[in-house]
Amino acid sequence: MTGTNINKINSFRKQKQKEEMKHQVITFALMIIFTLIAFIAVGSGMNKTYVLPLILILAVVQVGFQFYYFMHMKDKGHAVISSMIYGGVWVAILAVLTFTTIIWW
Amino acid sequence: MSQDFSLNPEIQDPAKATHEGKNKYIGLWFFLGGETVLFASLFATYLSLRNSTAGGPSSQDLFGLELVFVMTILLLTSSLTSVYAIYHMKNHDFKKMQLWFGITALLGLGFLGFEIYEFTHYITDYGFTFRSSAFGSAFYTLVGFHGGHVVFGLSWLIALMVRNAKRGLSLYNAPKYNTFAIYWHFIDVVWVFIFTVVYLMGMVS
Repeated sequence: MTGTNINKINSFRKQKQKEEMKHQVITFALMIIFTLIAFIAVGSGMNKTYVLPLILILAVVQVGFQFYYFMHMKDKGHAVISSMIYGGVWVAILAVLTFTTIIWW
Repeated sequence: MSQDFSLNPEIQDPAKATHEGKNKYIGLWFFLGGETVLFASLFATYLSLRNSTAGGPSSQDLFGLELVFVMTILLLTSSLTSVYAIYHMKNHDFKKMQLWFGITALLGLGFLGFEIYEFTHYITDYGFTFRSSAFGSAFYTLVGFHGGHVVFGLSWLIALMVRNAKRGLSLYNAPKYNTFAIYWHFIDVVWVFIFTVVYLMGMVS
Protein backbone atom coordinates (compact mmCIF):
# COMPACT_ATOMS: atom_id res chain seq x y z
CA MET A 1 0.00 0.00 0.00
CA THR A 2 1.36 3.41 -0.93
CA GLY A 3 1.84 6.25 1.48
CA THR A 4 -0.99 8.35 0.07
CA ASN A 5 -3.43 5.50 0.55
CA ILE A 6 -2.45 5.18 4.16
CA ASN A 7 -2.92 8.89 4.60
CA LYS A 8 -6.38 8.70 3.09
CA ILE A 9 -7.37 5.89 5.45
CA ASN A 10 -5.97 7.87 8.33
CA SER A 11 -7.91 11.01 7.56
CA PHE A 12 -11.14 9.01 7.17
CA ARG A 13 -10.52 7.25 10.45
CA LYS A 14 -9.64 10.47 12.24
CA GLN A 15 -12.86 12.01 10.98
CA LYS A 16 -14.83 9.04 12.31
CA GLN A 17 -13.10 9.23 15.65
CA LYS A 18 -13.70 12.96 15.91
CA GLU A 19 -17.38 12.27 15.44
CA GLU A 20 -17.30 9.62 18.14
CA MET A 21 -15.48 11.99 20.47
CA LYS A 22 -18.21 14.56 19.88
CA HIS A 23 -20.80 12.03 21.02
CA GLN A 24 -18.73 11.30 24.10
CA VAL A 25 -18.61 14.98 25.03
CA ILE A 26 -22.37 15.29 24.55
CA THR A 27 -22.80 12.22 26.76
CA PHE A 28 -20.63 13.85 29.41
CA ALA A 29 -22.61 17.12 29.25
CA LEU A 30 -25.87 15.18 29.69
CA MET A 31 -24.45 13.30 32.66
CA ILE A 32 -23.44 16.57 34.32
CA ILE A 33 -26.93 17.98 33.69
CA PHE A 34 -28.57 14.86 35.18
CA THR A 35 -26.30 15.11 38.21
CA LEU A 36 -27.22 18.77 38.66
CA ILE A 37 -30.95 18.03 38.40
CA ALA A 38 -30.64 15.26 41.01
CA PHE A 39 -28.71 17.46 43.47
CA ILE A 40 -31.02 20.46 42.94
CA ALA A 41 -34.12 18.28 43.40
CA VAL A 42 -32.80 17.05 46.74
CA GLY A 43 -31.38 20.44 47.80
CA SER A 44 -34.64 22.28 47.13
CA GLY A 45 -36.48 20.03 49.58
CA MET A 46 -39.17 18.87 47.16
CA ASN A 47 -41.72 16.26 48.18
CA LYS A 48 -40.14 12.88 48.90
CA THR A 49 -42.59 10.92 46.75
CA TYR A 50 -41.45 12.81 43.65
CA VAL A 51 -37.77 13.16 44.42
CA LEU A 52 -36.99 9.49 45.12
CA PRO A 53 -38.19 8.07 41.78
CA LEU A 54 -36.70 11.05 39.93
CA ILE A 55 -33.16 10.63 41.28
CA LEU A 56 -33.29 6.85 40.81
CA ILE A 57 -34.35 7.19 37.17
CA LEU A 58 -31.63 9.80 36.59
CA ALA A 59 -29.04 7.42 38.07
CA VAL A 60 -30.14 4.54 35.86
CA VAL A 61 -30.06 6.71 32.72
CA GLN A 62 -26.63 8.05 33.64
CA VAL A 63 -25.25 4.57 34.17
CA GLY A 64 -26.73 3.54 30.80
CA PHE A 65 -24.82 6.38 29.13
CA GLN A 66 -21.67 5.35 30.93
CA PHE A 67 -21.98 1.70 29.80
CA TYR A 68 -23.14 2.27 26.24
CA TYR A 69 -21.05 5.29 25.26
CA PHE A 70 -18.02 5.54 27.56
CA MET A 71 -17.57 1.77 27.84
CA HIS A 72 -18.61 1.15 24.21
CA MET A 73 -21.34 -1.40 24.86
CA LYS A 74 -23.24 0.12 21.93
CA ASP A 75 -20.47 -0.96 19.52
CA LYS A 76 -20.60 -4.13 17.46
CA GLY A 77 -19.43 -7.42 18.95
CA HIS A 78 -20.46 -6.65 22.52
CA ALA A 79 -23.18 -9.29 22.92
CA VAL A 80 -21.19 -11.51 25.29
CA ILE A 81 -20.13 -8.50 27.30
CA SER A 82 -23.70 -7.23 27.56
CA SER A 83 -24.87 -10.62 28.78
CA MET A 84 -22.31 -10.49 31.60
CA ILE A 85 -23.35 -7.06 32.74
CA TYR A 86 -27.07 -7.81 32.45
CA GLY A 87 -26.47 -11.03 34.38
CA GLY A 88 -24.81 -8.97 37.09
CA VAL A 89 -27.63 -6.44 37.05
CA TRP A 90 -30.21 -9.21 37.38
CA VAL A 91 -28.49 -10.58 40.49
CA ALA A 92 -28.19 -7.02 41.78
CA ILE A 93 -31.93 -6.43 41.45
CA LEU A 94 -32.70 -9.72 43.20
CA ALA A 95 -30.29 -8.96 46.03
CA VAL A 96 -31.68 -5.49 46.66
CA LEU A 97 -35.26 -6.75 46.41
CA THR A 98 -34.59 -9.57 48.85
CA PHE A 99 -32.78 -7.45 51.40
CA THR A 100 -35.31 -4.63 51.36
CA THR A 101 -38.60 -6.53 51.16
CA ILE A 102 -38.45 -10.19 52.18
CA ILE A 103 -35.88 -10.24 54.99
CA TRP A 104 -37.11 -9.18 58.40
CA TRP A 105 -34.50 -7.11 60.20
CA MET B 1 8.11 -16.61 21.78
CA SER B 2 8.66 -13.59 19.66
CA GLN B 3 5.79 -11.53 18.45
CA ASP B 4 5.71 -8.30 16.52
CA PHE B 5 4.08 -5.66 18.69
CA SER B 6 4.93 -2.66 16.56
CA LEU B 7 2.16 -0.34 15.47
CA ASN B 8 1.45 0.29 11.86
CA PRO B 9 -0.86 2.97 10.50
CA GLU B 10 -3.44 0.46 9.29
CA ILE B 11 -4.26 -0.72 12.78
CA GLN B 12 -7.49 0.93 13.84
CA ASP B 13 -7.84 -0.05 17.43
CA PRO B 14 -4.50 -1.07 18.94
CA ALA B 15 -6.25 -2.30 22.05
CA LYS B 16 -8.04 -5.08 20.20
CA ALA B 17 -5.61 -5.85 17.39
CA THR B 18 -3.96 -8.80 19.13
CA HIS B 19 -5.36 -12.03 20.48
CA GLU B 20 -4.08 -11.17 23.93
CA GLY B 21 -5.74 -7.76 23.74
CA LYS B 22 -9.10 -9.34 22.95
CA ASN B 23 -8.70 -11.82 25.81
CA LYS B 24 -7.86 -9.01 28.24
CA TYR B 25 -10.96 -7.14 27.16
CA ILE B 26 -13.35 -10.05 27.63
CA GLY B 27 -11.63 -11.05 30.87
CA LEU B 28 -12.14 -7.61 32.32
CA TRP B 29 -15.85 -7.72 31.54
CA PHE B 30 -16.14 -11.10 33.27
CA PHE B 31 -14.60 -9.45 36.30
CA LEU B 32 -16.95 -6.46 36.06
CA GLY B 33 -19.97 -8.77 36.00
CA GLY B 34 -18.72 -10.20 39.30
CA GLU B 35 -18.03 -6.72 40.67
CA THR B 36 -21.62 -5.77 39.92
CA VAL B 37 -22.78 -8.62 42.16
CA LEU B 38 -20.29 -7.70 44.89
CA PHE B 39 -21.46 -4.10 45.01
CA ALA B 40 -25.10 -5.18 44.75
CA SER B 41 -24.75 -7.16 47.98
CA LEU B 42 -23.13 -4.16 49.70
CA PHE B 43 -25.86 -1.82 48.44
CA ALA B 44 -28.57 -4.25 49.57
CA THR B 45 -26.98 -4.47 53.03
CA TYR B 46 -26.74 -0.70 53.26
CA LEU B 47 -30.35 -0.22 52.18
CA SER B 48 -31.63 -2.56 54.85
CA LEU B 49 -29.43 -1.22 57.66
CA ARG B 50 -29.40 2.50 56.95
CA ASN B 51 -31.96 3.33 59.64
CA SER B 52 -30.34 1.19 62.32
CA THR B 53 -28.39 4.05 63.88
CA ALA B 54 -28.36 2.73 67.48
CA GLY B 55 -29.03 6.25 68.76
CA GLY B 56 -26.00 7.61 66.94
CA PRO B 57 -25.92 10.16 64.10
CA SER B 58 -28.25 9.47 61.17
CA SER B 59 -27.63 10.11 57.49
CA GLN B 60 -29.37 13.51 57.72
CA ASP B 61 -27.08 14.59 60.57
CA LEU B 62 -23.95 13.59 58.68
CA PHE B 63 -24.17 14.17 54.95
CA GLY B 64 -23.59 17.48 53.20
CA LEU B 65 -24.56 18.03 49.59
CA GLU B 66 -21.66 20.33 48.65
CA LEU B 67 -18.86 17.87 49.38
CA VAL B 68 -20.59 14.99 47.59
CA PHE B 69 -21.28 17.24 44.62
CA VAL B 70 -17.63 18.21 44.27
CA MET B 71 -16.57 14.55 44.56
CA THR B 72 -19.11 13.55 41.92
CA ILE B 73 -17.92 16.19 39.47
CA LEU B 74 -14.27 15.17 40.03
CA LEU B 75 -14.92 11.50 39.32
CA LEU B 76 -17.26 12.18 36.41
CA THR B 77 -14.69 14.48 34.79
CA SER B 78 -11.95 11.89 35.29
CA SER B 79 -14.14 9.49 33.33
CA LEU B 80 -14.22 11.94 30.42
CA THR B 81 -10.47 12.59 30.52
CA SER B 82 -9.81 8.86 30.24
CA VAL B 83 -12.09 8.82 27.18
CA TYR B 84 -9.83 11.55 25.73
CA ALA B 85 -6.80 9.44 26.53
CA ILE B 86 -8.23 6.44 24.66
CA TYR B 87 -9.13 8.75 21.76
CA HIS B 88 -5.46 9.71 21.47
CA MET B 89 -4.47 6.07 21.80
CA LYS B 90 -6.60 5.22 18.77
CA ASN B 91 -4.83 8.03 16.89
CA HIS B 92 -1.48 6.50 17.94
CA ASP B 93 -0.50 9.62 19.87
CA PHE B 94 1.33 8.31 22.94
CA LYS B 95 2.29 11.65 24.52
CA LYS B 96 -1.22 13.04 24.50
CA MET B 97 -2.55 9.74 25.83
CA GLN B 98 -0.12 9.91 28.76
CA LEU B 99 -1.07 13.54 29.37
CA TRP B 100 -4.80 12.81 29.57
CA PHE B 101 -4.25 9.76 31.74
CA GLY B 102 -2.12 11.98 33.97
CA ILE B 103 -5.05 14.38 34.33
CA THR B 104 -7.29 11.39 35.09
CA ALA B 105 -4.93 10.33 37.87
CA LEU B 106 -4.90 13.84 39.36
CA LEU B 107 -8.71 14.02 39.37
CA GLY B 108 -8.85 10.57 40.98
CA LEU B 109 -6.39 11.70 43.65
CA GLY B 110 -8.54 14.78 44.28
CA PHE B 111 -11.58 12.55 44.75
CA LEU B 112 -9.67 10.35 47.16
CA GLY B 113 -8.48 13.37 49.16
CA PHE B 114 -12.06 14.56 49.61
CA GLU B 115 -13.18 11.09 50.65
CA ILE B 116 -10.45 10.84 53.29
CA TYR B 117 -11.41 14.30 54.54
CA GLU B 118 -15.06 13.22 54.67
CA PHE B 119 -14.35 10.08 56.71
CA THR B 120 -12.09 11.89 59.20
CA HIS B 121 -14.74 14.62 59.52
CA TYR B 122 -17.39 12.02 60.44
CA ILE B 123 -15.09 10.24 62.86
CA THR B 124 -13.64 13.27 64.67
CA ASP B 125 -16.63 15.63 64.65
CA TYR B 126 -19.49 13.16 65.03
CA GLY B 127 -17.84 10.10 66.58
CA PHE B 128 -19.39 8.16 63.69
CA THR B 129 -17.21 5.10 63.12
CA PHE B 130 -17.35 1.63 61.64
CA ARG B 131 -18.36 0.29 65.03
CA SER B 132 -20.84 2.93 66.17
CA SER B 133 -23.92 1.34 64.57
CA ALA B 134 -25.14 -1.10 61.93
CA PHE B 135 -25.63 1.96 59.73
CA GLY B 136 -21.99 2.91 60.30
CA SER B 137 -20.72 -0.55 59.38
CA ALA B 138 -22.84 -0.69 56.24
CA PHE B 139 -21.86 2.87 55.22
CA TYR B 140 -18.12 2.48 55.66
CA THR B 141 -18.11 -0.95 54.03
CA LEU B 142 -19.96 0.22 50.92
CA VAL B 143 -18.30 3.62 50.44
CA GLY B 144 -14.94 2.29 51.66
CA PHE B 145 -15.03 -0.56 49.15
CA HIS B 146 -15.59 1.96 46.40
CA GLY B 147 -12.75 4.14 47.75
CA GLY B 148 -10.57 1.02 47.82
CA HIS B 149 -11.35 0.49 44.16
CA VAL B 150 -10.25 4.05 43.45
CA VAL B 151 -6.96 3.44 45.33
CA PHE B 152 -6.40 0.25 43.35
CA GLY B 153 -7.25 1.98 40.06
CA LEU B 154 -4.86 4.85 40.78
CA SER B 155 -2.00 2.47 41.65
CA TRP B 156 -2.73 0.53 38.47
CA LEU B 157 -2.73 3.66 36.32
CA ILE B 158 0.40 5.14 37.83
CA ALA B 159 2.24 1.82 37.47
CA LEU B 160 1.18 1.62 33.81
CA MET B 161 2.22 5.18 33.06
CA VAL B 162 5.61 4.92 34.76
CA ARG B 163 6.42 1.47 33.35
CA ASN B 164 5.60 2.47 29.77
CA ALA B 165 6.83 6.07 29.91
CA LYS B 166 9.86 5.39 27.75
CA ARG B 167 8.44 2.54 25.70
CA GLY B 168 5.94 4.45 23.59
CA LEU B 169 2.69 2.97 22.40
CA SER B 170 2.70 -0.59 21.06
CA LEU B 171 0.29 -3.45 20.54
CA TYR B 172 1.74 -4.85 23.75
CA ASN B 173 0.75 -2.02 26.08
CA ALA B 174 -2.28 -0.52 24.31
CA PRO B 175 -4.63 -3.28 25.61
CA LYS B 176 -3.33 -2.65 29.13
CA TYR B 177 -4.29 1.01 28.97
CA ASN B 178 -7.65 0.20 27.44
CA THR B 179 -8.44 -2.34 30.15
CA PHE B 180 -7.68 0.24 32.79
CA ALA B 181 -9.96 2.82 31.12
CA ILE B 182 -12.94 0.42 31.17
CA TYR B 183 -12.29 -0.38 34.83
CA TRP B 184 -12.15 3.34 35.63
CA HIS B 185 -15.53 3.94 33.98
CA PHE B 186 -16.95 1.13 36.06
CA ILE B 187 -15.77 2.85 39.25
CA ASP B 188 -17.69 5.89 38.10
CA VAL B 189 -20.79 3.75 37.48
CA VAL B 190 -20.66 2.51 41.07
CA TRP B 191 -20.22 6.08 42.33
CA VAL B 192 -23.34 7.23 40.45
CA PHE B 193 -25.34 4.75 42.53
CA ILE B 194 -23.51 5.65 45.73
CA PHE B 195 -24.21 9.36 45.43
CA THR B 196 -27.84 8.63 44.54
CA VAL B 197 -28.66 5.80 46.96
CA VAL B 198 -26.42 6.70 49.90
CA TYR B 199 -26.14 10.48 49.87
CA LEU B 200 -29.14 11.87 48.00
CA MET B 201 -31.62 9.31 49.36
CA GLY B 202 -30.06 9.74 52.79
CA MET B 203 -30.74 13.48 52.66
CA VAL B 204 -34.33 13.04 51.51
CA SER B 205 -35.72 10.45 53.90
